[in-house]
Amino acid sequence: MTTLSEAPAETKKPAASGIMAMVRHTQYVLAENPVTAGSFALFVAFLIAAILGPSIVPYDPLASNTMAALQAPSAQHWFGTDQLGRDIFSRVIVATRLDMTIAIASVVLVFILGGFAGIAAGFYGGWTDRIIGRISDTIMAFPLFVLAMGIVAALGNTVTNIVVATAIINFPLYARLARSEANIRREAGFVHAARLSGNSDPRILLCFILPNIMPLMMVQISLTMGYAILNAAGLSFIGLGVRPPTPEWGIMVAEGAAFIVSGEWWIAFFPGVALMLAVFCFNLLGDGLRDIVDPQRRT
Amino acid sequence: MTASSTTANATTAPAILEVRDLTIEFATRRGTVRAIEHVDISLAKGETLGIVGESGSGKSVTSYAVMRILDRAGRIAEGSIMYSGIDVVAADDQELRDLRGREMAMIFQNPRAALNPIRQVGRQIEDVLLEHVQTTRAEAKQKAVEALQQVRIARPEERYHAYPFELSGGMCQRIVIALALACRPQLLIADEPTTGLDVTTQKAVMDLVVELTRERAMSTILITHDLGLAATYCDRIVVMEKGKVVETALSKDIFRNPAHPYTRRLMRATPRPGAGLRDLLPLETATAPLPAPTPSTGEVLLRVEGLVKEYPRQDTNGMFSKFFGGKQKEAEAPFRAVDNIGFEVRRGETVGLVGESGCGKSTTSMMVMRLLDPTSGKITFAGDDISALPARDFATNPMRRRLQMVFQDPTESLNPRFTAARSIAAPILRGETMSRDALRARCEELAGLVGLPVEFLDRLPHQLSGGQKARVGIARALALNPDLVILDEPTAALDVSVQAVVLNLLQDLKIRLGMSYLFVSHDLHVVRLLCDRVIVMRSGKIVEAGTAEQVLEAPTAEYTRQLIEAIPHPPV
Repeated sequence: MTTLSEAPAETKKPAASGIMAMVRHTQYVLAENPVTAGSFALFVAFLIAAILGPSIVPYDPLASNTMAALQAPSAQHWFGTDQLGRDIFSRVIVATRLDMTIAIASVVLVFILGGFAGIAAGFYGGWTDRIIGRISDTIMAFPLFVLAMGIVAALGNTVTNIVVATAIINFPLYARLARSEANIRREAGFVHAARLSGNSDPRILLCFILPNIMPLMMVQISLTMGYAILNAAGLSFIGLGVRPPTPEWGIMVAEGAAFIVSGEWWIAFFPGVALMLAVFCFNLLGDGLRDIVDPQRRT
Repeated sequence: MTASSTTANATTAPAILEVRDLTIEFATRRGTVRAIEHVDISLAKGETLGIVGESGSGKSVTSYAVMRILDRAGRIAEGSIMYSGIDVVAADDQELRDLRGREMAMIFQNPRAALNPIRQVGRQIEDVLLEHVQTTRAEAKQKAVEALQQVRIARPEERYHAYPFELSGGMCQRIVIALALACRPQLLIADEPTTGLDVTTQKAVMDLVVELTRERAMSTILITHDLGLAATYCDRIVVMEKGKVVETALSKDIFRNPAHPYTRRLMRATPRPGAGLRDLLPLETATAPLPAPTPSTGEVLLRVEGLVKEYPRQDTNGMFSKFFGGKQKEAEAPFRAVDNIGFEVRRGETVGLVGESGCGKSTTSMMVMRLLDPTSGKITFAGDDISALPARDFATNPMRRRLQMVFQDPTESLNPRFTAARSIAAPILRGETMSRDALRARCEELAGLVGLPVEFLDRLPHQLSGGQKARVGIARALALNPDLVILDEPTAALDVSVQAVVLNLLQDLKIRLGMSYLFVSHDLHVVRLLCDRVIVMRSGKIVEAGTAEQVLEAPTAEYTRQLIEAIPHPPV
């Protein structure tokens, strides 16, 4: 790993101005594209909620107060209260951290697993490609949500297992994308040139091919983030994964669903809106991220 | 405009196309950019007009404007385009659809990209005919076969069912020509129609275009960067520079008497018989004469013996026959890309490896470079047998440093995420540890050596021009002081004026640093300038070898003669 650190050290000087260029470029992308700017703002809001959530909410998300059960949205309880009198606004905000953690952890996991497997498959071809390709095919052969249910049911009802299940069902997406992108670049001139400079194959994969397929992977990351949130909420909704009384959007929708018929719509509505906004935000963010990461767009 | 001396004798026939005062703007991140400014072009019926210029001169944009196929960012800001009485600038979509294909047609640079890859070529011709109501469904096939016949495609009935990937590049370009001419248009625009093709194919395709257009009394606009090609095939030539027309003249006059300094510079830079390396550079740049080459010591640096590379043929047994135990065909003999060749490169010598695409010259250079394993044969470098080591392990071998390469496409061979400095430093970092300042100093030294301004070192490849990228590629190859550098068509993607500079640079560097070159190219003029000895290859075999003079002035092999004859010669 000592050799790895040399190359960045050399570019430290341009990197300083590079950061400034990056900031300017980000500003440009956001100014040019109001939708990206909007989703970016939403993302920042979600981040703040995830980090500061428990310390800024007005009520304890777990404290029940039967005196104030099933109250409609009011100045006191913005999003109303549920059947146990818990403040829904506080619960929605606090749940952000858990949902985000699941989404980010699973995406990081699948990015590492799927991304590297895919790059190796595309670069080496042959048996590596065949084995990784067949693993992807096998996963794709199942209805993905059912597969996730099966994995969580078999491994046990924990947050870790939700993360693992979400990562596994997204594996083929990453592996295939990385494979095709690496495959195109396998014979590119700069890869040959890297070999001529004396770089070994693993080094070429890490330092030459991976950075070049990052823009596309970023878009994929953003898209699967939304999907991962939906997946985690879905699992909780059907009773797998996170368990009550933990505040989590999926459970809250599930709990509120029974009250919709009797007119207490707010219990399911607000966590549902949060869920929708999160998915929406990540999908829109994908486009903007690609523009920010791609050096060719930077002039 | 500077030169309009020939407008009087240029148009005897009525003009079919009149472009007046045309200005086109492109909206970019940095505001609007004018791609072409106040361009005037007129084309008479039956005339062949060449538009010549280097990349970025606006020659393609002009022709796209005539067809009204500018991309969305482009806008005709000023001027008029009249096509036989129709105002093209004001025409609506319906009128344009009628014009395109039936009245004007276009041939593009990359024939394979211009054809639908999943449709039989005959059907593609039918589509055009039917779209413009030139035929009924019943006779469409017959007409398509006729069209194929007209572009001299042998066995047109069979080829009618071929898909583009089954045909060679030259064949594909013929199909594109057939498509363009199917509806008997009056105006043909050919945008670099032969750039990706071999010289012999280029000659065949251009002869065909000229013959067909003459037969039908069509007007043709030929867009090219090659003055020689334009002069050979065009009646009149328009020279463009930076979006402006700098000279318009009859092609027989332009070589004898170029009026504009830019035309003169362009002509000087074009490699031609009787001109040395230094003759290509502009007169104004004072350059020292080439230093006398150090006489080759005769010591053999690289020896290649009996080199063979075989590829297995495409599996013609279908999946189904494999699975269901169908009758297996006899295994065919593998395809020999390189067939038992041998040659030597001595220290301080430049050897040219010449041939058309598919002749095995790139495969040979990849094997010598040890990026590819030969099937059999021996490669001896500086006394050591390097073919014994598998290519995969050679990357970390100390011998790696002494064998380097400059790639064909300067854009593709640079990592798009590395700055120029980092690309140049990459080979050094693999071999030794160096302090950051020493490394930077070495990068700057190398940049100075190849004439790259130091401030460009911190730029990314897409912020550099083609010539600058080529310099970065050369600096990277030189970073380790190699003994042998393989130059794989290092100037094929460059404009002639840049090519002239890069070729001179390569020669100076070779003499200064005492390297040897193996120069892979299809351009015999360029080879003549740089090489001491030349090897001509065809279908994997060496057909002729000898000193550059011998091979180019008095070729013994028939194939070499064909190659030399196919090069378009400016009528000097």
